[in-house]
Amino acid sequence: MTASRPSHELDVAVAGAGVVGLACAVALLARGARVTVHERGAHVGAEACSWYAGGMLAPWCEGESAEEPVVRLGQEAAAWWERHAGGVVRRGTLVVAPSRDRAELRRFGERTSHFEDVDGAAIAGLEPDLAGRFSRGLFFAEEAHLDPRRAIAALAERVLAQGGTIRFGSEVEPAALDAGVVLDCRGLAARDVLPELRGVKGEMLILKSDEIALSRPIRLLHPRIPLYIVPRAGGHFMVGATMIESGARRRISARSMLELLGAAYALHPAFAEAEIVEIGTDARPAFPDNLPRLTRRGRVIHVNGLYRHGFLLSPAMARMAADAVLDPHLRPEMLHDLAA
Amino acid sequence: MAAFYGFAPDNPLFLGTAQYPSPAILAEAVRRSGAEVVTVSLRRESAGSGAGQAFWSLIRELGVKVLPNTAGCHTVKEAVTTAQMAREVFGTDWIKLEVIGEDDTLQPDVIALVEAARILSDDGFKVFPYTTEDIVVGSRLLDAGCEVLMPWGAPIGSGRGLNNPYGLRTMRQHFPDIPLVVDAGIGLPSHAAQAMELGYDGILLNTAVAKAGDPAAMAEAFALAIRAGRLAFAAQPIEARDMAAPSTPVMGKAFLA
Repeated sequence: MTASRPSHELDVAVAGAGVVGLACAVALLARGARVTVHERGAHVGAEACSWYAGGMLAPWCEGESAEEPVVRLGQEAAAWWERHAGGVVRRGTLVVAPSRDRAELRRFGERTSHFEDVDGAAIAGLEPDLAGRFSRGLFFAEEAHLDPRRAIAALAERVLAQGGTIRFGSEVEPAALDAGVVLDCRGLAARDVLPELRGVKGEMLILKSDEIALSRPIRLLHPRIPLYIVPRAGGHFMVGATMIESGARRRISARSMLELLGAAYALHPAFAEAEIVEIGTDARPAFPDNLPRLTRRGRVIHVNGLYRHGFLLSPAMARMAADAVLDPHLRPEMLHDLAA
Repeated sequence: MAAFYGFAPDNPLFLGTAQYPSPAILAEAVRRSGAEVVTVSLRRESAGSGAGQAFWSLIRELGVKVLPNTAGCHTVKEAVTTAQMAREVFGTDWIKLEVIGEDDTLQPDVIALVEAARILSDDGFKVFPYTTEDIVVGSRLLDAGCEVLMPWGAPIGSGRGLNNPYGLRTMRQHFPDIPLVVDAGIGLPSHAAQAMELGYDGILLNTAVAKAGDPAAMAEAFALAIRAGRLAFAAQPIEARDMAAPSTPVMGKAFLA
């Protein structure tokens, strides 16, 4: 305790500096807690599956397959990220399908809301480089995206700026940490204490091309292989992501590579000439309902299961985690209590 | 009630486990449909490393019989290798054999299918071959050791229903004692009912339930349709006819005008 800090400050240890661990640290620091983050990796993102995220803040598009809480809680994400990390691009999401997969577009529209139907001319207006390539699409104008790597780096800086500590190379046993409350945000590494957790492997590519420019994430629908492309700075494009029931964190298969490149090529043939800058793979932590949970076990709260919604749901989960930490009488909606 | 290699389910819905919004919703769909068999496709990359364990455990916890499949295999060798891996992972000699011959329609390569069916049957597998409604191919599959045939209704995932009811009826008449399952192409419960009304013994489907807005409710709808269709077939439907046939006699009715 230092003289400048009030004695009622709560000591919180956070295990894991992935997107939800850092978001929780920021939320708790803002509410007056003292926070130390323990990260097994050597630097931000070294061991976090969030490093490979798309960074789409697309709650309504996700409603195509995700359940209601994802759509609702995800709506607070864009404003939160703008406030805490900056770099949020609010240009919406464009969903397109080749004409032979028009049924997929109808199905997507039936399952989602907050979009307008767009024709070829409107698509060309939004994305001039896609002119003439698609005659029907859906435009989700209120959605946003960010560069996930910049965003978690900015969060880490904010943790430090607010007086928090991040210890890299620190692999910890959360229950053994000496702190008033421990937030276990280790993702798939917490399987030892959260046996329901499973890994859903995702594979992604980063391509570089100066021949094509996109302003917003494009989702390309396909009955078997739905994929998306997110533009990033410097002519970079993130192409993602596969969804495979597997906890393997490394190695991309030739089939996945074909699918990812095939989707990019189907979106625009210019991608055939693009440079493959990076191949990324990791496994997302998910519970059987693919919804995130706060699991309270004594003074440890596990914040996990964000699945493919790390950037979309971390703001809401961090808010609820802070509520659960600071007021034991509050019952945030995603909270599950377990015997200690 | 037809027996599939000695297993006679009360509910002949074979439910696929892919593409659900979550494993929890899949489990709910299985529960509400009362399906007694689920099919699971095995990615060889996951089987080799054991990295798919978590999902397979969820499947085993459903407490129903597992019919692993060789979805996505294009050659005899791939299909045989996948079947062998599936036998190890799930501890069953059942295998749904799928050898794809054409990528746009996912149409079975029936020539490779017959060869793979022979290899697997000789190796002790109980093979459920995904085939077309071609009765000659059907005979070859039986010669190869299959005791069940699974003709397609329409291309996988297309939801078009029974593209060739005539061919499916012929197949039923040609193989009166072989358990027949319509596999693939089913979009609506009425399609499933139609196949059961033709005398089919079961329905295998996945996309129509997994991609429905409410998969669990749709699974139940399919179970009801399958039951209705089977009951209707057993009850011997009337023949369609061109002229009206009044159900109440008109002779002797009073003239009121």
